[in-house]
This record gives sequence, C-alpha cells and structure tokens, in this order.
Amino acid sequence: MHYNMMIIGAGVTGCALARVLSRYEGSLAVLDRGYDVAEGASKANSGIVHAGFDAKPGTLKAKLNVRGANMFPGLCEELGVPYSQPGALVIGFDEEDRRTLLNLVEQGVQNGVEVRLLERDQVLELEPNTNPAVECALYAPTSGLTSPYELTFALADHAAVNGAEFLLGEEVASVARTGGLWQVTTDKNIYTCEILVNCAGISSAKIHNMMSDDKKTVIPRRGQYYLMDRMANLPFHMTMFQCPTKMGKGVLVSPTVHGNLLLGPSAEDIPDEKDVSTTAEGLAFVMDKCRLTWPQATIRGAITNFSGIRAHEQDGDFIIGKVAENAYETVGIESPGLSSAPAIAEMLGAQIAAEQNLQAKGEIVPAPKRSKPFSHMTDAERAKAVAENPLYGNLVCRCEVVTEAEIREAIRRPVGATTVDGVKRRTRSGMGRCQGGFCSPRVMEILAEELGIPMTEVTKCGGESYLLSGRVGEKEEQK
Amino acid sequence: MNVDVLVIGAGPAGLAAAIAAKEDGIHNLLVLERESAPGGILKQCIHNGFGLHRFGEELTGPEYAQKDIDRAEELGITIQCDTTVLSVSEDKVVTCVSREHGFQEIHAKAIVLAMGCRERPRGALGTPGTRCAGIYSAGTAQKLVNLMGYMPGKRCVILGSGDIGLIMARRMTLQGAKVLACVELMPYSSGLNRNIVQCLEDYDIPLYLSHTVVDIHGKEKLTGVTVAQVDANRKPVPGTEMEFDCDTLLLSVGLIPENELSVGAGVNLSAVTSGAEVDDTLQTNVPGIFACGNVLHVHDLVDHVSNESFKAGLSAAQFAKGEFAVGETVAVLDGQGVRGVVPQRICAGAGRAVELMFRPAGVYRNAVCVVKCGDNIVARKKAPIFTPGEMVVVKLPEDVVAGLSGDLTVSVEGGQ
Repeated sequence: MHYNMMIIGAGVTGCALARVLSRYEGSLAVLDRGYDVAEGASKANSGIVHAGFDAKPGTLKAKLNVRGANMFPGLCEELGVPYSQPGALVIGFDEEDRRTLLNLVEQGVQNGVEVRLLERDQVLELEPNTNPAVECALYAPTSGLTSPYELTFALADHAAVNGAEFLLGEEVASVARTGGLWQVTTDKNIYTCEILVNCAGISSAKIHNMMSDDKKTVIPRRGQYYLMDRMANLPFHMTMFQCPTKMGKGVLVSPTVHGNLLLGPSAEDIPDEKDVSTTAEGLAFVMDKCRLTWPQATIRGAITNFSGIRAHEQDGDFIIGKVAENAYETVGIESPGLSSAPAIAEMLGAQIAAEQNLQAKGEIVPAPKRSKPFSHMTDAERAKAVAENPLYGNLVCRCEVVTEAEIREAIRRPVGATTVDGVKRRTRSGMGRCQGGFCSPRVMEILAEELGIPMTEVTKCGGESYLLSGRVGEKEEQK
Repeated sequence: MNVDVLVIGAGPAGLAAAIAAKEDGIHNLLVLERESAPGGILKQCIHNGFGLHRFGEELTGPEYAQKDIDRAEELGITIQCDTTVLSVSEDKVVTCVSREHGFQEIHAKAIVLAMGCRERPRGALGTPGTRCAGIYSAGTAQKLVNLMGYMPGKRCVILGSGDIGLIMARRMTLQGAKVLACVELMPYSSGLNRNIVQCLEDYDIPLYLSHTVVDIHGKEKLTGVTVAQVDANRKPVPGTEMEFDCDTLLLSVGLIPENELSVGAGVNLSAVTSGAEVDDTLQTNVPGIFACGNVLHVHDLVDHVSNESFKAGLSAAQFAKGEFAVGETVAVLDGQGVRGVVPQRICAGAGRAVELMFRPAGVYRNAVCVVKCGDNIVARKKAPIFTPGEMVVVKLPEDVVAGLSGDLTVSVEGGQ
C-alpha cells in the first residue's frame, strides 16, 4: 500500500501533526502498534498543560511549551476537549528550595511566563491543605489541565475527517529507503510513502536509528500514579508541584480536569518500554512523597492506579526536524510533551510543508462537533437531549453519568472506540468509583452490536485482551 | 409529577418499603428502578438459601424477589423500570431519566432511599501489577454468568472471601472452570460460614487466610497472580510468594453503600457504615427521607433487608400522611468490638421495640454482646461465636426503649 505521507505513532504528537498535514493535498496515514490512538504516554500522564517556567530558556522544550500552552485554550475550544486553568504552585521547604524556586522564577520570566514567588502565608491562604511546613512557592497562574487522551482522540478525528487514515494494531518492524521511497514494514503489512515522520514516542529512538547513522537513545522512564475518586471539595484546586529534581518535576498532587485527584508520578528508568505495570514500591513511593505536599494523603478514596512511560532522551531536549531525505522526526518527547504538542505539530508541519512543497487543500473540514456530555448538561438540556434522542434516557455508567447515546456516538466517531477501554476514555463510562463493575457488561453488549462481532470477540484493549472465554455450558474445545 | 411516597430502587429493600407504604394506605406511590426488571441483585443470585428467616423455606434469589414482586403487583404498585435517578434534593424533588418517559421531575412528600450497594474495585486496594483483561468484581462475573450466559474465564483465583466471591467459586466450578484458590487478607472470612463449607470445602478449593494478591501479571490478558502471606499489620511477608497461573481474578473485597444521591440531598453519612445515619424509624437527618437495605448498611441476609425496609416504608407512609413525629432521641454508640450499629439514634419516647444491628469488629468466641445505658445493662446477647461475616441483631423490647434515660453503647465483651 502506498501513501504520500506516513506518520509512525498515533499519540498526541503524531495526531496533532496528522491534523496539520491533513490540511495539505496528498494521502496520509498514521500507523501505531496500539489498538487505539493515545495508547502510549498520551493516555497515562499528569494531564497538565505546563505554564512553561520549567524548561531551560533557549531550548526547544521552553519555546514549544510556551507556544503550545498559549495554543491550548483555543485548540480545546475548537475540538471540544476539556481544559481548565487553575494555576500551579511549586512548593519549597527550606533555603535551598527557595534558591531553586528563585531560579525557576527567573527562568519563567526569561521564557515569557507569568510567575512569581509567594511566601508561606500566601501559599496557605491559597491552598490551606498544603503542608504547613511550607516556606515559599512559585505561583504560575497560567498552568492548565486537560484530558490528554481526549485531546488525542479529537486531533485524530479532525485529521480523519480531512482524509487521514489510521492503521492501528500494527507494529513497525523495519524502515528502509527503496527506489526513492520509504518502505515501512510492519508485523502485518508493507507500506511505501514519499514522506515519513517518526512520532513514535517511547520507540522514537528505535525508529530514528533505522533511518540515521547518528544513533539516539531514549530511556523508558516509568511514572506510577494513584487516581482518587471525584469529590465535592477537593483538598487542592491548583496543581501542586514539588521542587524539581534531575529525575523530573517531582511528585505532584493535582486535580484532574474531570475533578478527580491525581497523585504521582514516580520516576524509574526501566528496561522494558512496554512495561506499564505498577509496583508496590512505586506506589508506596508516590504515597510517601505526596505527603510532603499533602500530609493527610491516604489510599482511602483511591479508585485506580496506573503507570505511563515517558520517552527520556539522554541529551534532555526535544529532537524535532529532518532526519533523512524526505524523513522527519520528533524524538524524546517527554514532559512538557503534551503541553508542547500543538506547537510541535505547527512547527514541524510548517517545515514539512515548505520543504516538500505541499499544496494546501482548498477546503478544510471543520472539527466534528462534540456533543456536550450528559453529565455536564443542565436539567433543561437533559430534557431536550432525551426528547431528541431517547438513547440519552438509558443511563449506562451511573458513577460518571454516561448514557447509551454517548457510548454509541463514541464508537461511531471518525476514529471510533473498538474496545471497552476505548469507550471508557472517550465517554468516561467505567472511569468512576466502581471502575466499570456495573457498566462494563452493557458496554460490551453495545460494542458487540455496533461492531457486528460476537460478545466473545470484545476486548478490553485489543489484541488478546478478550473479556470472555465463551458461553456458559459450551463444550471445551479440543486442543 | 407529585407523589406521596417515592421509593428509589426496586430491589428487595425498595419492594418491601413500597409494599409497606401501600399497605398503610398510600396510593400515590411510585417506585423507580434503573434496571429493566425489579428484583435488584437477587435476579442474579440463582443459588438457594434465601428466605429461611422470613418464609421458613430455602428459596433462590429470583424466587425470593418474585414473592415481593407478586405482592407489589397484587397491591397495584407502579414500578417504573429502566429509569435512573439523577438527583435528589433536600426538599424532596427528584430528577430522573428514562427512554420511555424522558426527563422527569418528581415532587415527593416522602422518599425511601433503597439504591443498594456496589463492589469495591481493585483500585481501592492499591493492588499493583498490570491492568489486563480478566479482572472482575465477583458480582459483575455473577451477572455475566447467570444473567448473560458468558464465562469470564477458565482458571480462576478469587481475592476476598465475601459471600459473592464464595458463591462464585462454586458457580465457576460447576460451569467447568478451575478455581485455584480463594485468598483472604484477614485471618478470618467475611463471608457466611455456610458459604465457606458449601462453596469452598465441598469443592476442595483452598482458602488462604492472611494472604493477599501482591502482583498481577499479563500484558493484554491476565496470565497469573502472585499471592503472599501478610503479617499482623496486613503487610506482605517477603519469601512467602506463590504463583498462580490463571486467566481470571475475581474480587470480593467488600461492598460500599451507593450514597451519591443521598449526599446530594444533604443526608449525613456514617463514616463506619458508609450509609446514612438514621433513627429507629429509618429516617435520615433530612425530614421525610428514609433509608433501608444495603444503601443504609451492608447486610448479610436479605431477610434482614426486607424486615428493615418494611419499617422504612411504613415510616415514609406515616410521614406522607402527616402522622409522623419524632421526639427526643438518644444516641446508639459503637463500643468495643462493634462496628457500625444501626440505627444510630432511638426515639425513646415513642416506646417502640427496636432492633439494633451491627457487624462485630473481629472474631469473638464465647462472648456476649452488651447494650448499656450509662452503667445499666439494658440488653445482652450471648453467642458461641461472633464474626464480621454475620450480623448481630439485638432486640430492645418496648418497655426497655420507653425507659431509656440516655445514650446507649453496644459492645462485645469477654471471649477472644
């Protein structure tokens, strides 16, 4: 199969770039080993839109974070993705922390970010549940929150309605130059393309090294998190950071854009880039460290734990640009990768369009309109919604208040859900305090119906993740 | 729409409450049920053992439920199914949604909360490992097997020895799956003793007490779990790990009353039971809002649920008719060895007989449950064994209630 352009990686970076490139003439495909988009770091991170004080001035990270963060409110509005801007504090406990924070303030000012230092009383006034031993804090009012996977889905949908194809569940085995084209061999197919872009996240160095003699190394750095139940009165309304260390931004305590509380991440360099398990030690580390910010933290209220893998490039900055003839890349996109994604796509998209003489399409299809979640509707809006579509009257997920109408819509989106996890991340069905105990059997039935497959073929997250082994009373098959 | 009594939930609690209210003369009565049929969780409890106390016979869950469904039908009670309540307000305005009736706002004179409970998920335990397919709460697996006709897997480990987990150990075995072990964190089971005998011992399924699952393996589909012994502080003991190859892990690690709607109505919850705090009429702190069944506190036997819910339904009926008055109340407090006595308050002046219910905080042999008012013992109950798996019911006769002069403390004394 041949495409003019191919992107390897359907994370937030790959999908943001696909959205930009889909505005130009030419066929475009996005390839990912995951069975859905956003299956790597984009589904499991802190969901913070960083203000941009953290990155060293002059680096790509600094430039793209600040630009990306500025793009976020408009982009989320356009795509119908949740975004809020509660601000952030980075808290310090002693003179050494104060020096670190003053440096960060200085850096923030150089990066053009609104930041200032607050003293203990001001911190406790803003966030009374902060550890009273706090001395001072950096305050960044423009720090934001988003839903990283919902953003990725929306970017993918927008690219898809403008012609991008998504080739999911295929892992790249090799990339080679043949006959003036790039040949991409996966575990299932062989593709050729004129222009190839590597947005492979945690595997970006592997793909890079297939295209270049200048070898790169990306270290899988795992971060484990606890997610706490939504509550009426969250202990913190801002994102609470601790002073950064060389392993990252420290453990944060933050509301999520959906009103849960997130604790984490740990930071462990691990050998297996696909190992997203959590460990007793990692979770204990998170709980222990977050008590520095929030002494009252306990596991009570936890509804799940998870881990994500950051793509840490050893030289520390993003690597973005041309890598070989007609080949481009984004390597080492770790934090602030989510915040930077729109700006990375904008910058690299412009470079590719200019260098490859891409022709802008005459007409660009606007982003598909996202229905307001039933859970966010007023009574009057709910009455209207169910009057127009009775499936809004069938509540499937009681914890997160998700209706059958929304679940069917999630499956029918341009890049629709094909798995229970896919439905969960698109609708929040199963994201709540019972973690799918009540809704998952019904979600499985709806998926089977919409996809035209038997219940026993429904998976949690694709591949071999079958949820049922067979019918009751079915004879054991002979092996 | 205006109703006199609105019952939320048509499980055993809601059905009993509705029957009692109707029998007390409430005709403008509505029951809202989110599922397609009444009966609640009993619909999927196809094993027998229900109804021994109330009917003197061993019924299956659906048979038990059917008796109340038939009675409700006989009385002409309206049960509106496929309807999910979205909110309950302090002034007893309820919003709900259904495919058939759309969005509705219902004004009630009295409300009975009978929403039941949900299962604690894996995340609440903080169990590490992968997030693969094949991990279910026992009740979800019971629904898949008994109502939908699907098997979640073929080789199964059960974490937690709550009753649903024990019942599912037997059910999975009878359907040809291999149940490798039932693993319980505590040194005792939280399930009924009869279920340990009939569901584990009869099928040679080992019960590992003071053990827990410390790791979960499998990238896409569950491939196994690591089980380890725990010490007195429930911390895993290194070196005691056992590996089980399994494709299914069922969790039976506790039930939580489902009170999100109650909180929205301003109902105060007990930190111990996670249910509403009620007086002996089953009224919450919000006048005219009553609670019963597993939304109030997690019961061991449905017979107790029905019994409690008849009272709640009667109270709601009297409230709706304006015949309801609560006088001064005394508090009922948890003493040593007692967790979550319900009701938390008693109207002494009313002089009604009261049943106190609670779960023991541990296993006590040859102990005695004592109810004290100040230094006076007002009730005692002896038993060869008190365990957290079986609720203790202590009756306070009318004359005792009428004579109460202050707060009560319930404790388990003596024994070990």
